[in-house]
Amino acid sequence: MIFGTGIIKGMLVTLKAFLASYFKGPHEGGIFTVEYPEKRLAEKERFRNFPFLLYDQTPENLRCVACDICAKECPPKCIYIVRDFDKEGRPLKRPAIFDIDFTVCMNCGICEEACPFDAIFMDHEFEIAGPDRQNKMLYHRDDLLKSNEYFNKIRPTDAGAIDARRREAEEKKKAAAAQAVKAKTTQPQPEPPKT
Amino acid sequence: MMEKMFEVQDPVNHDTQTLQVNIGPQHPSTHGVFRMNVVLDGETVVSLKPVMGYLHRNHEQIAENISYTASMPYTDRLDYFNSMSNNFAWALAVEKLANLDVPERAQYIRVIMAELTRLVNHVSVIGFLLNDLGAFFTPVLYAFREREKILDIFEEVSGARMMCNFLRFGGIKRDLPAGTLERIKEVIQNFPKFLDEFETLLTKNEILCMRCQNVGVLPAELAVNASITGPMLRASGVNYDVRKADKYSIYDRFDFKIPLGQTGDVYDRYYCRVLEMRESLKILQQALRDIPVTGEIISKKMAPFVKAPRNFKPPVGEAYGRVEAPKGELGFYVVSDGTPQPWRYHVRAPSLINLTILEDLCIGHKVADAIVILGSIDIVLGEVDH
Amino acid sequence: MAGFLPDWVLVIKSVLISIAAIAFLGPVTMMYLTLLERKVVGRMQNRIGPNRVGKWGLLQPLADGVKMLTKEDIVPTPADPIAHFLAPILIVVPALLVFAVIPFGRGMTAVDLNVGLLFFIAISSTTTLAIFMASWGSRNKFSLLGGMRSVAQMVSYEVPMVLSVVPVILITGSLSTNDIVLAQGGWGGLKWFIFTPWGLLAFIIFYLCGVAECNRSPFDLPEAESEIVAGFHTEYSGMKFALFYMAEFMNSFTISALAATLFLGGWQGPVLPSWLWFFMKTYVLIFIMIWFRGTLPRFRVDQLMNLAWKFLLPLTLINIFVAGFWYFAPNTIVRVLMSAGVLSLSFWGLQKLNQGYAPEKRVYQFGD
Repeated sequence: MIFGTGIIKGMLVTLKAFLASYFKGPHEGGIFTVEYPEKRLAEKERFRNFPFLLYDQTPENLRCVACDICAKECPPKCIYIVRDFDKEGRPLKRPAIFDIDFTVCMNCGICEEACPFDAIFMDHEFEIAGPDRQNKMLYHRDDLLKSNEYFNKIRPTDAGAIDARRREAEEKKKAAAAQAVKAKTTQPQPEPPKT
Repeated sequence: MMEKMFEVQDPVNHDTQTLQVNIGPQHPSTHGVFRMNVVLDGETVVSLKPVMGYLHRNHEQIAENISYTASMPYTDRLDYFNSMSNNFAWALAVEKLANLDVPERAQYIRVIMAELTRLVNHVSVIGFLLNDLGAFFTPVLYAFREREKILDIFEEVSGARMMCNFLRFGGIKRDLPAGTLERIKEVIQNFPKFLDEFETLLTKNEILCMRCQNVGVLPAELAVNASITGPMLRASGVNYDVRKADKYSIYDRFDFKIPLGQTGDVYDRYYCRVLEMRESLKILQQALRDIPVTGEIISKKMAPFVKAPRNFKPPVGEAYGRVEAPKGELGFYVVSDGTPQPWRYHVRAPSLINLTILEDLCIGHKVADAIVILGSIDIVLGEVDH
Repeated sequence: MAGFLPDWVLVIKSVLISIAAIAFLGPVTMMYLTLLERKVVGRMQNRIGPNRVGKWGLLQPLADGVKMLTKEDIVPTPADPIAHFLAPILIVVPALLVFAVIPFGRGMTAVDLNVGLLFFIAISSTTTLAIFMASWGSRNKFSLLGGMRSVAQMVSYEVPMVLSVVPVILITGSLSTNDIVLAQGGWGGLKWFIFTPWGLLAFIIFYLCGVAECNRSPFDLPEAESEIVAGFHTEYSGMKFALFYMAEFMNSFTISALAATLFLGGWQGPVLPSWLWFFMKTYVLIFIMIWFRGTLPRFRVDQLMNLAWKFLLPLTLINIFVAGFWYFAPNTIVRVLMSAGVLSLSFWGLQKLNQGYAPEKRVYQFGD
């Protein structure tokens, strides 16, 4: 074999790529990259990056009940929750503080998996770089809030399934409550115990 | 080789000085923050000391303080090229510990993901090896073009391209979305074409052959004694592959071969990887053919702990789970004391153990070869320093 | 106008115009070569290359220039300040000087020296000095390694490069670049020296050595970025770094231009204007250089020396002999066949003798 044939064959491969970049489409060996800020690739539905808190209808109506499970399960412990109290000092079912430190969060999605109240989900937002590490990278409760419509928009399959499940559970609950009320009214008065 | 070294270095006959150079931690081709303390005689390496630990992240200690499931995303970050096979090894260890069975469909999905990971790893390693050889990024970018398609599948399946966090004990996190298997089939169909092109570019290239052949020869005996695993060991001609030796998961169902080199030099390591990719494609084809259409994805025993990982308390005992990761034998040793956290957690990181042989391979070669040998060992600093 | 001005003014005027043209052409060539290289390599790698600054990235070189000029100039404390400062200036001087003897078109040689080729070779070999100055002056081990490699490489490759030019001088009987171009005129380009057996071989050797002379891939050992960071210019930043870059690109331009002049008939060519022919040929050769860079891995230092001394040098010596035969033999087909035969035989023989460096054939087994 003549010295250099391998080199020449290799050079033909690069030449082919060079010509293909002008004359071929992205799936035939041409340029397949996307000019990023102007064009974007379609997002995958399961793509996960940074959690958000879900609310129904209004921001006051958030699903989180400050149970602290996600904070405990979070592998790097980036979630910090303080429960809200009312004026009498009784605990309320909502967080007063819900902070996530983005510099610590590793986007693993375990909070979403562990949450029993369907309150925290992983977002599709990924352009969250910023120059301020101290203030901008610590997300507070109000920065994290996102509506259910938004969730339905970014992850239609998951959101649809969850909504259906919740509706079903609610209907069951309602039915159970109605049954209980019905039972209460129709139930004959128990006879007073004999003394 | 040793004689040659002293011949060159002899200070009586040659009035020369050696030159001590720190290659790294900031250097274009140390594959991360890794330092080689090299003593050079002219261009020849006289001694080489690998200095590692710049990326030490306390991996084992962290794992001993969090729940078993919470370690899963941390294993992604060991060898960030192959998060799926890292997940696999950790899942196997805990399944052994807690005696969990894995449903059929989940087994197949695991194998498919692990083999796709092997393609990703080998293809990019070859690209980077060529970068170390001085090819100006072309092989890397060709490799990345193909890698990107597989990473897209990972993203579709698990939500992240590299930090997949997809496997769970006794199964997988979620079932595949609709249409993914077809896309995997498509990628696998196009992959051999790409490999052929890649080989035309590289395998017969005279400069590559000159640079790689008979450089950094690792004799089989030394390789076994230094407990080298993975493609590096097989390039030296030792027939050892955990997939065949241990037959973990469902690897006994597939028909595939183990490519073996003869010389154990950089070229053999390169070419064994190419051949391994071709074998991986065979496994993938068989797995895609046999995978059950529907089925459970997580074992019944484990299902209650999906929503509450901290309640998962494996029985007291110890277990060692290992897989043939693309870089070698990746093993997790775990001791449980019945609490939600492991009592002891240890990683057998193939990169770290393969790297220990670096000095023996490099002495007597030129400094340019030392870089190439380092590239051929295939390290990821996340795993070396864990 | 010529009638009104004294002779010495005319001389000075033409000199000034030449200087201005070269001083303008050099840097502009360099700037747009960087863009061309990035574009072509990018395309070979399935990328687009720079496309943000201006249409198709046409203003990218200007942006780079501004960036280079405004960057901080760092001089390491232990560096030798004089050597460190002078090296980037000295390296540009020979790169600019050799523009003088290149015939850009019919009657477009800035200085038509009768020893033009010798001038070119002599001047371009002084680049080594500046490179070694830079590597020694920076007091950096990577720089030193790069400098040593550079000196070894340039000294080695100078020899086959000069010897590969000898056949051309032998045939034309002149050292003037203009005469060499004129000797290749006629027959619609078929008289270019590349279409003779010795010319083809000499062209390949000259071109390879030229690539090695300007430290470009696959002979880019002095600045091998994967091994010794950036070689001799590791410690340079800002405009000084830009000067090294400029010298490298101007060298690759002039080497390509000279190769086109010596073997591809220079500005000779039908229909189109002469300077256009010249630039077309030169840019084809530059494209091949970039193509090399986009494809090939790098040689190792000992393999580089072997290639020069054990392969290229004997081949050039045989080539000179063949060229001598060509000169005296009658112009028949026998002449072509005989010289081609001798050259391919010696190529084959040298390849056999250098078998130790040839790639091995490997067989792989499969285990169960």
